[in-house]
Amino acid sequence: MGFEDTALLSRILTLMTLSFHILYATVGVGIPLMIMIAQWVGIKKNDEHYILLARRWARGFVITVAVGVVTGTAIGLQLSLLWPEFMQLAGNVIALPLFMEVFAFFFEAIFLGIYLYTWDRFEDQRKHLLILIPVALGAAASSLFITIVNAFMNSPQGFEILNGEFVNVQPLLAIFNPAVPTKVAHVMSTAFMTSAFVLASIAALRMIGGSDHVYHKKALFLTMKIGLIFSIATAIIGDFSGKYLAEYQPEKLAAAEWHFETEGDAGLILFGVLDGQEPKYAIKIPYALSILAHGTPGAEVIGLNEFPEDERPPLWIHYLFDTMVGIGMWLAFFSMVYVVGAWRGWAIVRAKWFRWLLLATGPLALVAIEAGWWFTEVGRQPWILRGYMKTADAATTSGQVDLMIILFAGLYIILGIGTVVVLTRMYKRNPVEKELADREAKKGGVQE
Amino acid sequence: MTLEIIGISVLWLFLFLYVIVASIDFGAGFFNAYSAFTNKQHILTGIIQRYLSPVWEVTNVFFVFFFVGVIGFFPQTAFYYGTTLLVPASIALILLSIRGSYYAFATYGAKINHRGYIYMYGLSGLLLPASLSPVLAMSEGGFIKMDGDSPYLDYLALFTSPLTWSIVVLSLAAVLYISAVFLTWYASKAGDAKATHLMRKYALLWAGPTIITATGIIFELRSHNAEHYSRLLDLWWIFGLSFLLFLGTVYLLWKRRNYGWAFILLVGQFFTAFFAYGVSHYPYLLYPYLTIYDSFTNEAMAISLIIAFIAGLGLLLPSLYLLFRLFLFDKDYVKGKSDYHA
Repeated sequence: MGFEDTALLSRILTLMTLSFHILYATVGVGIPLMIMIAQWVGIKKNDEHYILLARRWARGFVITVAVGVVTGTAIGLQLSLLWPEFMQLAGNVIALPLFMEVFAFFFEAIFLGIYLYTWDRFEDQRKHLLILIPVALGAAASSLFITIVNAFMNSPQGFEILNGEFVNVQPLLAIFNPAVPTKVAHVMSTAFMTSAFVLASIAALRMIGGSDHVYHKKALFLTMKIGLIFSIATAIIGDFSGKYLAEYQPEKLAAAEWHFETEGDAGLILFGVLDGQEPKYAIKIPYALSILAHGTPGAEVIGLNEFPEDERPPLWIHYLFDTMVGIGMWLAFFSMVYVVGAWRGWAIVRAKWFRWLLLATGPLALVAIEAGWWFTEVGRQPWILRGYMKTADAATTSGQVDLMIILFAGLYIILGIGTVVVLTRMYKRNPVEKELADREAKKGGVQE
Repeated sequence: MTLEIIGISVLWLFLFLYVIVASIDFGAGFFNAYSAFTNKQHILTGIIQRYLSPVWEVTNVFFVFFFVGVIGFFPQTAFYYGTTLLVPASIALILLSIRGSYYAFATYGAKINHRGYIYMYGLSGLLLPASLSPVLAMSEGGFIKMDGDSPYLDYLALFTSPLTWSIVVLSLAAVLYISAVFLTWYASKAGDAKATHLMRKYALLWAGPTIITATGIIFELRSHNAEHYSRLLDLWWIFGLSFLLFLGTVYLLWKRRNYGWAFILLVGQFFTAFFAYGVSHYPYLLYPYLTIYDSFTNEAMAISLIIAFIAGLGLLLPSLYLLFRLFLFDKDYVKGKSDYHA
């Protein structure tokens, strides 16, 4: 098997593992915060429903965490298995955040275990809230550290290269690279946004299924409010990310926007198909790209033609960019309509078709997460370490990657189906009405 | 002490901790399956699940910690071990994934109590140490060869070597032994006489094979890696101490008392043997290609890793203590008097 093939196969396997992992990782980062908020609201309002919300979310969360943990372990090891030369080189500079991520993960794992197995053990619900704080912090911290690693691959700094080896390494400078602020902020806000919408989808599903319990309405209103806040945050951070790209990775932005000639008054291209260098059937918003890139309508945006052909990312990332931004915009708009509508008591928010739209928010957010990651990862091709090491030079020389792709594909299919089956069974067997009744009965029993 | 030595000691310690907690986990799965097979499941399942459920995730982190740490402190290992281990490590990963996630699926989620599943879980617990332990054989040299600039694994040599198979057998015996001693103690704490009795029997059963294979490997090294063998002999007194600790554990088990001490002596036995083995391996990470010196990361990164490590431990140790206090050392929880699962 040729060397090029190994690189391609390694890319496929990495893509597969990460694409699967980020679904679980994203909710893994966001849901602890949602559980914490629900627990807090429940304590503050002295409302049993919110406490139960926290508990039921936590139960489902364990399942997603388990898959997140094992697929995270997989990608952690695959980095060294599939990209040994990259890790050998970059490990010298980037080991610190990787190492810190494990600590954050450790911390989260310990307190999640405690939280799950001390339910009702302490009289004071505030103690349970206290245990949740390290879970949420640990989850957020591990996303922070691992995003730093990824940011480093996009804008490496903090070292010099002498005869193919890193010298004069400054770990902190590598950590605080220019891509970090926008990337970390974007990853976190989208994780919170996605988790909120995923939980909203569940509530909507139960309402479509005919349950009219006030519990679901509370869940829906709470999660959609959180979703709205974070989708607005995401939009603002997205704008900063555009400015970051224009400054540090102009080829990625140019490929995303099919912007070939360096020029001012650059327009933003929505949708369309590419024919040579001419976008067809596209909607062009004048000046928008200049504004996205530099904040002023006339600003000059660097075009793709400035880059040698073998250093340009593939042009199809435009579709990924459009998907991500389109979904993000829609979710911000739609959640605003819902929140205002629910607050003002509009009739449409109770309409069946509207609930279907609510149901769609979670899956849409997950699609946007995938599209966004593919955009950012494919957008830095052909580099694995932008400006320093090409992806093709970093791949393993082992000839068995193809077999591993099949094995791991099988694993992810099993895990994916397993998650769905287990979660469905878990909630179908124990609907909220039943659990509320059980809890009431138990309480009554204690008082007697 | 040099930074290299600090780095490898830290990692070796975490590998040791993983060996202990993972052995308990893997072995528990096997004993659970075996008890289902012999219709004694009612005796063991409760005890095993009460221990495993709150800690299985933590167990996994020790493993992640070890391999992330190795790459961090010794980036060159990524090149040699990463390139050669693709297939065996992927298989181990898949086993680990199925095991971990299905444990969660079954115990937290669907409450599956299907026999086929229990057997699979038990078997995978034995396959895992068998698939992970050959790496120790590989580190002795002779199995990783060079094809120009790129290393490859000589499977034929690996699978026909008695050293590999001895290490595999040792890992299996040790997993069952460690797990059985721990569960004896845990069951006795729970006041569960039947489970204690059963686990004590298993512990005594696996003590012999563990010590025999461990001794055998030392002699096999003589022909495989003479240099390593002679360094092992220099440390004979540590292995002697380890053997005395082993006798102590077996004695206490035999006399049916102080199971807590029996487990502590067992940890001591493995700790001394594990470290003596590690020290004798010095300075090689992969004989003869990699020593801890030529694969070490730059000084700035090493220092920052060690600082991060100390800060991390500052958070980790109190948290682990809290976890143990709530689940391992809490009488009501251990006895299963109260079920506080969310």
